Amino acid sequence: MNPHGNDAAALSGRAGSDTAAVELIDVSFAYDVRPVLEGITMTIPRGKIVAIMGGSGCGKTTILRLIGGALKPKSGSVRVDGQSVPDLGPDALYHLRRRCGMLFQFGALFTDMSVFENIAFPMREHTDLPEELIRDLVLMKLHAVGLRGAAQLMPSELSGGMARRVALARAIALDPMLVMYDEPFAGLDPISLGVIGQLIRRLNDALGITSVVVTHDVYESLKIVDYLYFVSEGRIVASGTTAEVRQSMLPFVRQFVDGQPDGPVPFHYPALPYREELFARVD
Amino acid sequence: MNRSAIDLWVGIFVALGIGAVLFLALKVGNLVTLDRAPGYRLEARFDNIGGLKLRAAVKAAGVVVGRVEGVRLDPQTYEAVTTLRIDREYQFTKDTIASINTSGVLGEVYVGLDAGGDTAMLKDGDRIAKTQSAMVLEKLIGQFLFDKAQESRPQELKPEEPKPQEPKPQEPKPQEPKSQQSGGTSVGRGAPQGVKK
Amino acid sequence: MSTDTAQRTAYWLRRLGAAVTGGVARLGYCARFLVAVLWHSPHAFRRIHLTLREIYFAGVLSLVIILMSGMFVGMVLSLQGYQTLKRYGSDEQLGILVALALVRELAPVIAGLLFASRAGSAITAEIGLMKTTEQLAAMEMMAVDPLARVVAPRFWGGVISMPLLAALFSAFGIFGGYLVAVPLIGIDEGAFWGQMQAGVDFWPDVTDGIIKSFVFGAAVSLIAVFEGYDSKPTAEGVSTATTRTVVISSLAILALDFVMTAFMFRGAA
Repeated sequence: MNPHGNDAAALSGRAGSDTAAVELIDVSFAYDVRPVLEGITMTIPRGKIVAIMGGSGCGKTTILRLIGGALKPKSGSVRVDGQSVPDLGPDALYHLRRRCGMLFQFGALFTDMSVFENIAFPMREHTDLPEELIRDLVLMKLHAVGLRGAAQLMPSELSGGMARRVALARAIALDPMLVMYDEPFAGLDPISLGVIGQLIRRLNDALGITSVVVTHDVYESLKIVDYLYFVSEGRIVASGTTAEVRQSMLPFVRQFVDGQPDGPVPFHYPALPYREELFARVD
Repeated sequence: MNRSAIDLWVGIFVALGIGAVLFLALKVGNLVTLDRAPGYRLEARFDNIGGLKLRAAVKAAGVVVGRVEGVRLDPQTYEAVTTLRIDREYQFTKDTIASINTSGVLGEVYVGLDAGGDTAMLKDGDRIAKTQSAMVLEKLIGQFLFDKAQESRPQELKPEEPKPQEPKPQEPKPQEPKSQQSGGTSVGRGAPQGVKK
Repeated sequence: MSTDTAQRTAYWLRRLGAAVTGGVARLGYCARFLVAVLWHSPHAFRRIHLTLREIYFAGVLSLVIILMSGMFVGMVLSLQGYQTLKRYGSDEQLGILVALALVRELAPVIAGLLFASRAGSAITAEIGLMKTTEQLAAMEMMAVDPLARVVAPRFWGGVISMPLLAALFSAFGIFGGYLVAVPLIGIDEGAFWGQMQAGVDFWPDVTDGIIKSFVFGAAVSLIAVFEGYDSKPTAEGVSTATTRTVVISSLAILALDFVMTAFMFRGAA
């Protein structure tokens, strides 16, 4: 298992496509002066599910935004399907985004439209398909996630798990080549967790798409992903296949996988020594 | 809310709105009545037009027959020159008198036309020969005082100042007449102080 | 002065300066935002049902408050106006007083203020909430520009609704004034309408009112969509943005009203 680099490229077994789906090379990013990411290098091969794991606020969602072109890196290169994303003009970016799908945390469904219309949205915006065809496609996508009967409900009437599934159906509405998942497991009950996890795996294999999953749920991720990257304080601290991660002895990986409160990621927020602060004189 | 219901309500709303605008234009304002009929222009010169304004009415026998189109001062004669636009369907005799009147104390100032008995009619561009200027309140009062002083004085005294023992006039004591330069206060303005009940 | 006071004064001066530069910078940002919205506006009219929907939510749903307020304002104008005009024996001028006050001034301004608090705050809250729940980001990732699909229709919905609402406010106000003047007080009906017709000119009185309501509509709509789009994506941020919309819109209406009135009526009377 490689503590700092990546062997993901070796996993790519598809014949005839040697460009990885997504490649980040030495990417760094900062909001104004606060650095968020440093020296991020990762490869996401086609057809695989790759997880990006880390604690809250370590920059995982920023990586997704960089891949999607919503943010531009301070340095380094971000390539999706061979194209350098930050250098794309508006038209090219538009075309690239049509081939990607994204599942936002908590779904981000359009609240003023029904479930049916939410999934039909990308189809109506980007294609000229007739309404009958759109209807069939929407029902097919809903069937894939098991919610065909909920087509006429409004998002406010859905439970968290159902909303997440509808958002997933919307993300695959145009049969994308790459799907990004932002915390798909957050806040779900055990049954819904299992459902979402299974759907991510099955859809990935059935549709031949590439998936990037940003999450901090180790247990669910290890069940379905092919490769993992661990991010802490803006840097990649470990990476490997699921088997390698399970057997890893690296302190950070162990703390994460076992759920230890203290370790390489400290329990205490940086502060003065305890004794000094308690007995400090108040002037 | 489905689409057809929304469309219906928006249509009703826009129709109501346009209806309101039309109402304001026609019933409240005077879009239709004004400037529709073709007209001709007459000129009238006054010593003092008082509070006459542009677009004031021109009336004959109380009926609106036209509008004041222009007002300016003649730099040579220092007269006020007004241009009146009269509806084509009304013809006035050459000896018509134009006077400046007020409808009520606070009412609007308008030009009144009194037709005479001449057989010839005024044409486009003609000037109305006889005019009567606006009544200026201070001049009236001053004139009244002067006349009163005149009739009660013995003949040999110079008719300059009124005797101190003059009986007060019937009206309550008027204010000092305003300075003459500004054209005074015409009857049209009706300053309340002068006419206390 | 002591260094402490000097430091405090310097601190407050710095804050004042920062607030002013911040305000000016925000104004510039808002202007660029307006240009962007106008640029994306053709989309709002190609998918006309988007704009129609916003006219419904901004205009139709404001009808009740506008019509009722208009009527009450007209009735009060009539009542108050009568008391004053009677002293000069000019109570027959009541019609023209009510009509001119409403059409030139009160209708655009009051309808504008009501519109800002009802529709403006709703638009800001809606857009702010969409930003907080990442709906706008989702739209961007789906290669749909939120400016074209969400912002521009709401902006034009407001601009189109506002003059119609102001005209309806005037009409109902005059009707309310009529109700008080003729049946209640007993002024002659013919005098009421006749004097009004003679004194109110379509050009410039009614048209000035229409121009004002267009300008107010554009100002309120722009402020509403801008505050929503620029809000912090938290519950607190949305609530702050909504309040700002109402406050800044109201101030803008009153300031613009002064500027336009001074410009429009400088020659009259």
